[in-house]
Amino acid sequence: MIHAAPYMLAAPLLGFLILVSVGRRIGERASGIIGTLAITVAFVAAAVTFFGLLGQSNREVTTTLFTWLPAGSLQVKAALLIDPLSITMCLFVTFISALIHLYSTSYMHGDRDFTKFFVYLNLFVFSMLVLVTANNLLLTFVGWEGVGVCSYWLVSYYFDKESAASAGKKAFIYNRVGDVGLLLAMFLIFSHVGSLDYLTIFHHTGTMSSTVLTLTVLALLVAASGKSAQIPLFNWLPDAMEGPTPVSALIHAATMVTAGVYLLCRMNPLLGLTPNARLVIAIVGVATAFVAATVATAQKDIKKVLAFSTVSQIGYMVLAVGTGAYIAALFLMICHAFYKALLFLGAGSVIHGLHDEQDIRRMGGLRKLMPWTYATFLIAWLSIAGVPPFSSFWSKGDVLSAVYSRYPALWVLGLVTALLTAYYMSRLFYVVFTGKGRFDEVGPNGEAPLGQPHESPWTMRLPLVILAVCSIAVLFIDLPWMHAHTLKTFLSPVFEGTLYEPHQSAGLQIGLACVDAVLAVVGMSIAWVLWRGRAERPELELPFFENVWYWDNFYDATIGRPGEKLAQVAATTVDQTIIDGAVNGIGAMVVAKARALRTLQTGQLRQYAAVLLAGVAALLVFLLMRAF
Amino acid sequence: MSIPSSWYLILSAVLFGIGAFGLLVRRNVLVMFMCIELMLNAANLAFVTFSRSLNDIGGQADVFFVLVVAAAEVVVGLGIVVAIFRRRSNAIVDDLSSMKG
Repeated sequence: MIHAAPYMLAAPLLGFLILVSVGRRIGERASGIIGTLAITVAFVAAAVTFFGLLGQSNREVTTTLFTWLPAGSLQVKAALLIDPLSITMCLFVTFISALIHLYSTSYMHGDRDFTKFFVYLNLFVFSMLVLVTANNLLLTFVGWEGVGVCSYWLVSYYFDKESAASAGKKAFIYNRVGDVGLLLAMFLIFSHVGSLDYLTIFHHTGTMSSTVLTLTVLALLVAASGKSAQIPLFNWLPDAMEGPTPVSALIHAATMVTAGVYLLCRMNPLLGLTPNARLVIAIVGVATAFVAATVATAQKDIKKVLAFSTVSQIGYMVLAVGTGAYIAALFLMICHAFYKALLFLGAGSVIHGLHDEQDIRRMGGLRKLMPWTYATFLIAWLSIAGVPPFSSFWSKGDVLSAVYSRYPALWVLGLVTALLTAYYMSRLFYVVFTGKGRFDEVGPNGEAPLGQPHESPWTMRLPLVILAVCSIAVLFIDLPWMHAHTLKTFLSPVFEGTLYEPHQSAGLQIGLACVDAVLAVVGMSIAWVLWRGRAERPELELPFFENVWYWDNFYDATIGRPGEKLAQVAATTVDQTIIDGAVNGIGAMVVAKARALRTLQTGQLRQYAAVLLAGVAALLVFLLMRAF
Repeated sequence: MSIPSSWYLILSAVLFGIGAFGLLVRRNVLVMFMCIELMLNAANLAFVTFSRSLNDIGGQADVFFVLVVAAAEVVVGLGIVVAIFRRRSNAIVDDLSSMKG
């Protein structure tokens, strides 16, 4: 049963190949069905593999497909490593992808490039599965770049829109900076271990000195902060919301952006040996969580709020990884995948219903008009806010309690962020769904009224309902008082010896949980008092937060504009004066010399003859002089 | 009695000088051609003289090569001269300077 794993990759690849070759000819309906079916098959294969893995005691199976790069001592195999960590990722990635494919068949209905959308989406799922199932860093890198390029294509999906095109470029360039980190990590590992296979690396960590290990882990952190949108490379993710909403849900919330966290979890034997680098990871995580949460309180675009919320939540995951609480990180990742996909699809439903309006100031009162969207969004909101007994309460609670024991200072910042999370999500919820409907009024910038919103069709509602159910059900995979058949018992072999498990008394655990719950309720209450029936409160939406702490402006001032100036100098002074000067100078010199020389060519035959004779005579004289 | 070699060589030098002088001062293409032939045959004469005085057949063999080259040259050269005459009334070499740089 374990051998179903290759089919899990083959299905989306086949779907991609079919759609890319005949997609345009078979039309919208067939393309949608093929795309969705391919991912459904992948999910079934993942489930089969999962149960196969459960049924055997050796839960670390490598399936070699072929030798990819046989180059001397470097033998890179295209092989899949199926272990609890990778199969967990596969399960939720394929499941959510299948739902979002189904949702997209309706959301993208009538789009000019409907087929192209599914081509990219299938290729994305394939790349993501390569990323998580690869048994070596190089193959992971292939998947890593694959999801990156799919992300770029899908962010720039509406490429005739200037903002979408530049958002795609921004995403790609930020990711490229992160990729350098991954490449450096691979170089360091290969030069010391001589292999890129995960299992080989983990058996030979002893050959690396602690400095090399620290550098490697920091390089991995750079890679993770690129892909998972952490400080200092987080700014691309909010801009990536230019893509279609299903893409935001799938790639930029549920799956791809967790790849960095996955990579760090995968490399846990290295992280376990470098406490200093781990502290850096934890600080980056909590700082990102906090900064993004403050920014989310002041955004006016429904997708922007969710985007910063994603950055903030991934910050929690990175914080958990830095703490060593890998299973808490993965638990949060899975919970987050469900409720954030649900939030985005809900937002997509709202945007769809309001004829592509994304400004929350023009929404309001959608509770009655879009009951399905409202009910599912409500569950997602309670889930992310951390209200007991919803999923984030347990998963974020796991993270925070581990942080409390290890890095108390970071725990405080984590709590503040939790409060902010409850606050900004509640603000979004109240402004969008409660109060008076503002869609039939003139917009804040004088736009025409939007007209009556409508509830979405069943293909969009069904994924919402399934995801809502899953958002609740997912908490049962890892409740603190369960000790068998949980995510923890399933995953712990992967993190043997590196997992940080705080020894906390039951009283302390309950106390910490109460703090979390109280903060969630307080945050929601504050939002209720401040935002009930309101569309905007400029005094609470600080420009500093709305403009993302002027982070982009900072990059613009320190990197962008000096870079542009440098390019200007290179283009004018260096290129036009020095390089062109040298090239043109040589040309001009040859022309000038040639102009002088051409006068020798008079066309007078008798002159040539005279010169020839003179030459012969001179030669003769020379030879005679030498002879005597 | 045999004429000493130096006489032949002097004759050869004189012929060569006449040819070279004519090449430089005459402007008619045909005459210039004849001058060139004169210079070639002056060289031939020198070859034969040396061949005899040094008792080496190689010099006489070279003469055949020179004759062949001269014949070929005349074919090409006269062809050019005919082509020039077709385009213009005379063959004054100083007027034929359209290929100047």
